[in-house]
Amino acid sequence: MPFDLIREKGREGRRGYTLPKPDVGAKELESILPKEWLRKEKPRLPEVDEPTVIRHYTNLSRENEGIDTTFYPLGSCTMKHNPRANEAAAVVPGFAGLHPLQPETQVQGALLIMHELQGFLAEVSGLPNVSLQPLAGAQGELTSILMVKTFFEDAGDDERTTVIVPSTAHGTNPATASMAGFESREVGLDEHGCVAVEELREMVDGSTAALMITNPNTCGVYERNIKEIAEVLHEAGAFLYMDGANMNANMGRMRPAEADVDIMHFNLHKTFSTPHGGGGPGCGAIACSEDLAPFLPDPVVEKEDDAYRFVRPGKTIGRMATFHGNFGQMLRAWNYIRMHGPELRDVTDMAVLNANYVRAQLGGTYRIPYDELCKHEVVVQPPKGKRAIDIAKGLIDYGYHPPTIYFPLVVKEAMLIEPTETESKETLDDFIGTMLELAETSPEDLEEAPTHAPTRRLDETRAARQLKARW
Amino acid sequence: MARFTPHTEADVQEMLEAIGVETLDDLFTDVHPKYEGDLDLPGALSEYEALGEVDSLAKHNVYGLPIFLGAGAYDRIVPSAVGAIISRGEYLTCYTPYQPEISQGTLQSIFEFQSMISELTGLQISNASVYDGANAVVEAALMTARLTKRDPKVAVSAGLNPRYREVMETYRVEVVELPFENGTTDFSDVPEDASGIFVQSPNFFGVVEDIGAASEAAHAVEALSVAVCDPISLSVLEAPGNLGADVAVGEAQPLGMPLMFGGPYAGYMATKEEYVRQLPGRITGETIDEDGKLAYVLTLRGREQDIRRARANSNICTNQALTALAATAYTALMGPQGLREVAELSISRAHYLAEKLEEAGLKLRYPDAPFLWEFAVELPDVARANEALLEAGIVSGLDLGDGAMLVAVTEKRTKDELDAFVEVVADAV
Repeated sequence: MPFDLIREKGREGRRGYTLPKPDVGAKELESILPKEWLRKEKPRLPEVDEPTVIRHYTNLSRENEGIDTTFYPLGSCTMKHNPRANEAAAVVPGFAGLHPLQPETQVQGALLIMHELQGFLAEVSGLPNVSLQPLAGAQGELTSILMVKTFFEDAGDDERTTVIVPSTAHGTNPATASMAGFESREVGLDEHGCVAVEELREMVDGSTAALMITNPNTCGVYERNIKEIAEVLHEAGAFLYMDGANMNANMGRMRPAEADVDIMHFNLHKTFSTPHGGGGPGCGAIACSEDLAPFLPDPVVEKEDDAYRFVRPGKTIGRMATFHGNFGQMLRAWNYIRMHGPELRDVTDMAVLNANYVRAQLGGTYRIPYDELCKHEVVVQPPKGKRAIDIAKGLIDYGYHPPTIYFPLVVKEAMLIEPTETESKETLDDFIGTMLELAETSPEDLEEAPTHAPTRRLDETRAARQLKARW
Repeated sequence: MARFTPHTEADVQEMLEAIGVETLDDLFTDVHPKYEGDLDLPGALSEYEALGEVDSLAKHNVYGLPIFLGAGAYDRIVPSAVGAIISRGEYLTCYTPYQPEISQGTLQSIFEFQSMISELTGLQISNASVYDGANAVVEAALMTARLTKRDPKVAVSAGLNPRYREVMETYRVEVVELPFENGTTDFSDVPEDASGIFVQSPNFFGVVEDIGAASEAAHAVEALSVAVCDPISLSVLEAPGNLGADVAVGEAQPLGMPLMFGGPYAGYMATKEEYVRQLPGRITGETIDEDGKLAYVLTLRGREQDIRRARANSNICTNQALTALAATAYTALMGPQGLREVAELSISRAHYLAEKLEEAGLKLRYPDAPFLWEFAVELPDVARANEALLEAGIVSGLDLGDGAMLVAVTEKRTKDELDAFVEVVADAV
C-alpha cells in the first residue's frame, strides 16, 4: 500500500507538540521588522498530532529493509550489525548536549574521545596523523586530494594536474579528483582485476599528483602489487592515496602505511559499525604520513600536559565542516573500537572467511571473474542468459536485500556480495541456497520479481521525465 | 571470537574446509606486506565497561547548564518522538535507497523532507540533504558557477558565518567581501563577474538582512542569489524564494537535532525547478510501479558520482539521511504553528534579555538593526564575564574577540535564566 503523505493526515489547527508557556512579554514581529519581510502565507506543513506522527513513521519504516530485518550483503558498503551500545553512548547527555563552541576547558571528555580515536585509527592504518573532520567517505577523499594539491602548491610545483584512478574505482574517486581541480585519468587492470602496473608506469609522470587506489579493490581482490605501485608513484614525486572503504578486510592483517600508502580515508559508518541511517550521516576520517600532516584540516586534537586542545596544522588546507565533524559518529566508533581492541583482527578474519565461503559455494553456478582468494567481498556474475537486476529483484522476494549490482563497472552483470563478519553460517547457507535456486528460475519468472515486496519494479524514467519532488 | 561475530570453532572449520584452505592465515596469503603483529589498542571491554567509560568521560565535560551559545548551532527543544522515530532499526540500519521496492520508508520520508524544505524556502526543488550548513553553502557556491558558467566567485559580507566562508575557501571558491555596516550588508556594489551573491539572514550577528536587495544586486550582474537561512526563522520571515533568491541553503540542526558537539547535523538546499540539474546530491521523485501504484524513487541520477563519475556535479554520496529524517519528524510534530511559536518564544526572550542588558547599562553592538534571537552585546571584559557566568552555572555566549559577546536565546531559556544572566554580567562589568 502506498501511504498518504504526513501532510494529508492532518487537519488545520492540530498540533503534535506543546511548547513551554511564554514567561516574558511577547515581542511583536511587526515592531521589529518591515512588513514585507514577514511571512504572508503559512507554509503548507503537516498539522498533525503526535500519535499520528509516530504511527505514520512507524508504518513507513516497515516498508524498509535494514540490517535489523534482513541479510544485507551490499558490496562496498559493509552492512555489518550496528551494536546498540554505540547508540547508547551517543545519547549520553554529557556528550549529546555539548555545544561545539564551548571552550576547550569545558569539553575535555569529548576532546579525549577524539584524541583517542585519532590514535586508534593511526594504529589501525599505521599512518601517524589523523583528522576526524571529514563528514563522509567522499569528503575524506576530497580532503586528502586537496591536501595533496596544497602540498604541491606549497612546494612550488605547478605541473601536477592529473589524478589517476583505476577502472574499478568508486564513482566518488574520479568525482573527487574533478572537484579538487584535477583531470582524472583511468588506469586498466591486470588478469587478477588489480591495477595494471606496467600501464601505470607508462602513465605516471611529472604531471601526476596521485593515484587513488582501493584496497582490497572493488572486485574484492587484494592489490598484491601495492608496494610496487607506491614505488612507481613515489619515484615520480606523486602520492598514493588509499580509499579505505574496504578496511573491514584489512584490520590487523595489513596496514596501509607498511604498503607505503601516503594518505587514506576511513568510513567509520562501514568499518567501525556506525549506522548507515538510510544514506548517512557518516564520518570519513583520514590518516596520513608526516609529509602531509601539516596540511590536515583545521583543527586536529592534541594533548599537552594532560589537557586536550584544538590545534590548527601549520599549512592547513582549512576547514571542511562547520564544526569538528560528525562527533556522534566518532563517539560510536570509539565505543566500537573499545569493545574490540586488538580483536579487530578477528572481525576482519570472519569477514574474509564469510566472503570466501560464499565464493566457494556460488562458484560453478555463478561465474566468478576473479576466482581466487577474495577478501571481504566477492564479485560474481549470473549464469548465462540471466541478468543481475533480475536475480537482485528475485532475492527481494525471498526477503534479502540484494548485493550491489552493475558495480564494479568493469565486470558485466556484476553482483558484488559483501556478507560482513556479523552473519552466521546458517544465514549464509540460506542465502546461498536462494541464490542457487534463482540461478535455476526461468528468466520470465525472474523478470516479474519482486512480487512480495511493498512495491513492484518502479518506472524510473517517469520519475525523471515528470519530475515531482514535493507535495 | 570478536564481540559481534556468531562463528563457533566448528563453523570456522567447516567453512575453511568448504573454501579448501586449512587455517584463517591461509585466507591472507595474497596480502603483501602482511601485518604480523597485534594491533596496539587497549584491550577489549565489555559493553558494560565501555559504556561506563563513556559515562565517566562525560563527567569531564560541562553540560546540563543553560547555554547562550549559538553561532550556527542552537540549543533547541528536541521532542521525544523524534528520537523514537530515528532509532527504529528500519531507518537506522538501512543503506541509501538504491533498491526502491524495499526502501519506500526512507524514500517517502525524503520526499516529505524535500517538501517541507520547499515549503519553508518558497523554492520548488530541494535535495535529500548535504553534510551541514557550511557544506550547503559551498555546494551552492559551486552550483552558481556551473549555472552561470563563471568561475566560482562569490560575494559575501562579514554577516556570513565565518566558518561557512572558511569552508568555501578550502574548496577554492574565490570570496569577495562586501561592506558590512551597522549589522547589515551593503549590496549596492557587487563584482560583475561573481557567480553568486550570498546573503545570510538572520546573519552571523543575528540581524535580519534584506534578501530582496541581495537578489536584485545578483540579478543585475547576471549572478545567482543565494540566501542562507535558519529554517526556524522561515516560519515567521518571508520565504527567500518569494524575495528573489535563486537558491536557499542552510543548517537544519535547529530542526530536531541535538547539539552533539557539532554533528551530525544536516545541510539543506533548495532551488528553482529550472536549476534542478545542477543541484547536487540525491533527489527523490514520485513515480508508479508496474501495477500503477504510487511510489518513490531516487531520480535524476545522471547528476551523481556513481553514474557520471568525473563529470558529476558533486562527489557527494553519503549524506545526512537520518538527521534529515529527524528534521522531517520534528517539522511534522511542530507544524506551521509550532515552528512559529518556537520562533516567537525565542524572539520574545531574546529581546527581553537584550532590553534588560541595555537597562543594566550595556550596549548592543548593532542597536538599530532588527534581530530575532541572537545579538552581539559589548562588554569591557568578555573573558571575565564568561568566567563569572560559568561560576554561576551558565554557559556564556561566544567571545567575538573584539570586546563583544554573541548571545543566542532559544525557546529553552527561561526568564529566570535570563535574569540570572543579566545579573552576573552586570556584576562582572
